[in-house]
Amino acid sequence: MGDSSDEENLGTDWLPYSERDDWADVTPLPQDDGPNPVVSIAYSPKFREVFDYMRAIIAKGEKSQRALDLTTEALNLNPANYTVWQYRRDILRELDADLQDELDYLDEVIRQNAKNYQVWHHRRVIVQMMNCAQWELELTQNALDNDGNAKNYHAWQHRQWAIRTFNLYDDELEFVNRLISEDQRNNSAWNQRFFVLKHLGFTPQVIERELLYTMNHIRVIKNNESAWNYLVGVLRQSPRGQLNSSPEVVQFSEGLYSAGNRSPYLLAFLIDLYQEQALQRREAIDNNQLAQKVYTLCEDMATKHDVIRRKYWSYVAEHLKTQLSKPSSTE
Amino acid sequence: MDFTTFVKPSNGGASSENENETTKKLEFWKHVEYIENHGKQEDDYEYCMTEFLRMSGIYWGVTALDIMGQLDRLDRKSIIEFVKRCQCPNSGGFSPCEGHDPHMLYTLSAVQILCTYDALDEIDCEAVVRYVVGLQQPDGSFFGDKWGEVDTRFSFCAVATLTLLQRLEGSIDVEKAVKFVMSCCNQTDGGFGSKPGAESHAGLIYCCVGLLSLTQRLHLLDVDKLGWWLCERQLPTGGLNGRPEKLPDVCYSWWVLSSLTIMGRLHWISSEKLQQFILSCQDLETGGFSDRTGNMPDIFHTLFGIGGLSLLGHSNLKLINPTLCMPQYIIDRLGIKPQRLTLA
Repeated sequence: MGDSSDEENLGTDWLPYSERDDWADVTPLPQDDGPNPVVSIAYSPKFREVFDYMRAIIAKGEKSQRALDLTTEALNLNPANYTVWQYRRDILRELDADLQDELDYLDEVIRQNAKNYQVWHHRRVIVQMMNCAQWELELTQNALDNDGNAKNYHAWQHRQWAIRTFNLYDDELEFVNRLISEDQRNNSAWNQRFFVLKHLGFTPQVIERELLYTMNHIRVIKNNESAWNYLVGVLRQSPRGQLNSSPEVVQFSEGLYSAGNRSPYLLAFLIDLYQEQALQRREAIDNNQLAQKVYTLCEDMATKHDVIRRKYWSYVAEHLKTQLSKPSSTE
Repeated sequence: MDFTTFVKPSNGGASSENENETTKKLEFWKHVEYIENHGKQEDDYEYCMTEFLRMSGIYWGVTALDIMGQLDRLDRKSIIEFVKRCQCPNSGGFSPCEGHDPHMLYTLSAVQILCTYDALDEIDCEAVVRYVVGLQQPDGSFFGDKWGEVDTRFSFCAVATLTLLQRLEGSIDVEKAVKFVMSCCNQTDGGFGSKPGAESHAGLIYCCVGLLSLTQRLHLLDVDKLGWWLCERQLPTGGLNGRPEKLPDVCYSWWVLSSLTIMGRLHWISSEKLQQFILSCQDLETGGFSDRTGNMPDIFHTLFGIGGLSLLGHSNLKLINPTLCMPQYIIDRLGIKPQRLTLA
């Protein structure tokens, strides 16, 4: 949490507000810690002073250029202080400031504080004030491309907000394709894919294409939780909404199993697939066979492939037994 | 103002009389000491940097101490005075600290603290209700404060606050609040995100499941599907992560564990392994828990470490309520019964 640049800021070139002529009219307002005895906190002198002046400015409601500069300094010291961010917005409105400058300023602040709620919220309010989201895709792309940040929840939220509010869906699939090709296990990117297609519409052609796309990725990395979840999500969008809606997917998953793959996600998918069929086709001749497959797979999961969750798998098997023993009309 | 302000001068050093076989692995007294000393010395910098969430910090410390049966180490009166000073006279909401703006997050923390101290009569509860009611939006969602950020976290905070104040009935539009939360359920994995379409995330799942528990609407969940996704969060180390392919973390362990507990599916994961993971995140020197093994401890992860162990039935800890993350005896005292499912 420490900000190393803070040390530099304590250097000699920083002039305390108490020694600045243009601040002589302001009386700093120290933190009121209440009447209780207090072990005083070793705030840095600069930190203490900046916030003492900040409190004084907020208390007198001054909205000026110097007040704006002061918020910049205060937020540099603590970008999580949402009261200062709010006051900054009040000043920007009052001064009718050039908001493009504010966006530029925020580019840098977000680069340094990409996991801070307040900076993203401020960005959103400024974009709303400007009614222009021209830079938002680029900004979030930069944040997500930053090494190790491809799943940054704040950036994704902001991106979805901008896309939804300003109808920026057009090139999003291309962006998602790239992220998934860079890291096939990027759950955020798979989620974004669903978000985009849900808006554009899961037509039969889209469903077919998406199933193919997903299967191709599973072929490369079989044990990919995100891709399997996405596959199920897309199957549920088909008119019947069943896991066996696509013969290709059934063939694909059974083929993987036959070829010896025992990824827990593959097995979990097969269990759901057979279970769903077993419950829907009670009278079918192969019903007992389907149930038997579920029991065997659950047993394998519990004892070999997913031992840590063995209780879950024995629940699934037991649950199916109970369901099948009930009269079918209750389903 | 720091946490030591609330420590009673009469407190002695760490006593070891209660120490027996079962507490050997949990560094019980070190954690008590850690919480008492929160903000006293070396974390000064961090302490002043976290001023903006002070109210929640107090809630985390108070709750963890109460779960450990050590609540009397803090001075009830000065804590209540602090909380009272943070109620905004205009809006009725609570700020994290004097000089900051009120927010839903700190309003819930303040109400939780007051419930723990049985001191709701010290504040203007009707003003709190008005504050929360005023933040509900036409689509049923909630702003976090008057500046308009929407998030399922705030939906949970709103409903939890009103529940603790016994004012859920006849205040907000519960039906719409539930509807909004359900619109954040993802069809791919059965989880919930911060807004409709946002990625499933264990912390936000806790908020949404918690809201459904408080509003007695757990039947809306696809429990088996969500339960499976949640128990998939357990990694070979025993710890739980918040999203696929992320690192395990003590706080996510709490959120997943409490959600599974509410849904009656706690036993689907390996309790022993999770307990080992949580205990491995203790700082054996200073006390306190960190997010994962070997990192610096903080008060936030300390509550969730202790809370997780309580849910797992660790000895010498009071029972914690999974929905409200408060000691169960307080929830009982208030006569509140958040819904819990039992496995059919």
